[in-house]
Amino acid sequence: MKKKTQSAFTRRRFTQLAAAAAATPLLAAPQIAKGQAAAHVVVIGGGFGGATAAKYLKKAEPDLRVTLVEPNDSFITCPYSNLVLGGWRDLASITHSYDHLRDRWSVAHAKDTATGIDADSRSVTLAGGETLTYDRLIVSPGIDLRPPEDGGIAGYDEAAYEAMPHAWKPGAQTLLLRSQLEAMEDGGLFVLASPPNPFRCPPGPYERVSMIADYFKKEKPSSKILLLDAKERFSKQGLFQQGWDRFYGDMIEWVNLPNDGQVVEVDPATRTLITEFGMEYQADVANVVPPQYAKAIARNSGLADASGWCPVDGRTFESTLVPGVHVVGDASIASPMPKSGFAANSQGKTAAAAAIALLAGRELANPAWVNTCYSHVAPDYAISVAGVYKATDDGIISVEGSGGVSPMEADEASRKLESVYADGWYKSITADMFT
Amino acid sequence: MRRGLFAVALAAALTAGLSIPANADTAADTAILAGTCAGCHGAELGGSGAIPTLRGHSAEYIRFTLKAFQNGERQATVMNRLAAGYSDAEIDALAIYLSKLQ
Repeated sequence: MKKKTQSAFTRRRFTQLAAAAAATPLLAAPQIAKGQAAAHVVVIGGGFGGATAAKYLKKAEPDLRVTLVEPNDSFITCPYSNLVLGGWRDLASITHSYDHLRDRWSVAHAKDTATGIDADSRSVTLAGGETLTYDRLIVSPGIDLRPPEDGGIAGYDEAAYEAMPHAWKPGAQTLLLRSQLEAMEDGGLFVLASPPNPFRCPPGPYERVSMIADYFKKEKPSSKILLLDAKERFSKQGLFQQGWDRFYGDMIEWVNLPNDGQVVEVDPATRTLITEFGMEYQADVANVVPPQYAKAIARNSGLADASGWCPVDGRTFESTLVPGVHVVGDASIASPMPKSGFAANSQGKTAAAAAIALLAGRELANPAWVNTCYSHVAPDYAISVAGVYKATDDGIISVEGSGGVSPMEADEASRKLESVYADGWYKSITADMFT
Repeated sequence: MRRGLFAVALAAALTAGLSIPANADTAADTAILAGTCAGCHGAELGGSGAIPTLRGHSAEYIRFTLKAFQNGERQATVMNRLAAGYSDAEIDALAIYLSKLQ
């Protein structure tokens, strides 16, 4: 007990002294002291990667100054937003406040948008005009949808998002698509245009049509679902198709790339989708998920390469293009790790540990990670894909013999168990980030 | 006077910062691997919903269970697929790391 009190006292004294030292050039603090007391790590973006990084920085080093740059008061998860579309959940149940990050973990919340990064002066400019200087920067910006003039779908500009929602960034778009599905007459046609690789949440479009099929089956059983795909195959394909046949019969039709499934143009006025070879489909409700790239703040700061995504060193998730800046989550190139919330959470922890080690001059870890992505197919019926990954000198690898998808021949109990575990996963990972 | 206090504080901060100083590199590796368990097993690895806690087990039990997942003696949903990716050294390190969470 006495020891604890002393430790708290010295820690407080240390912070004060380190602050004094930082302000007085004669008493300049050594680098290791900065790493453990007064250094400042700025995190851009409060999603799976950024919120995790901010919390784990403070968890490992409570004296570190951590500022999270995030314009919103709360985070709405992409995972489980498909369940909102299916009517299984409401938006509130997938919305998580930043209060605990601020109050329990003492993360400073700069409620603003980052507009620029200057690696030379190690500073971040915010839309409100403020400038933050950092010792290390962790960028977890997420994605932008490609506009028509930059690799996107002709006609699918921001104005088209109302008539043909993407719902690939959850919130208002999720509710808009849900309301359009609710307003659709029985016997209507729902079309989902699925993007080319790489994109956020590889199994996402397929879980989404499953949830919407479940809603139609219950409320509008004569309706049809057309899935137009810019890919030849997709994540957990055999398992999804097995589930669709079983639960939804011929309600869902999937048209892949070799069968002219790639949507290249849309007409929002008539909700028409036009494919590469000129097929036209008029939808009653259309959900367009366009090609994607890293969010503008990353691309405009020299963090992205010609692909539009951000190359990183897999050991630290430090950018290979801009020193002192880590990039985690969907924006980073971490393949074969998927662009999943689970992976972003692991990457956030890795970048946090690496930033501290680099500030303190400690040895870096040789990280290994797991990933599990669950998808709901029908009530009490879910499937998963799992993997184990390692950072090596040749980049990130998938560990041979590990991972894979749920067995095709798994029994009812196993599918039901995976749906229960999926809910457990959601509860766990959001608690890991936000409590 | 100020310098003396600073040195004491620095030593205290160093001790507080390095929780497992014996082999920092391995400890950091294991902390990252165990950190990814939290994705399903919860913030402090205490489980949530139907997903079991990883706290309060002996190292022997964790090692035995992970090996059983790995060689298929114990059937699970995802744990067989994940344990297949762990080396013996990683299983040992995880077992020791997790057994310290009471």
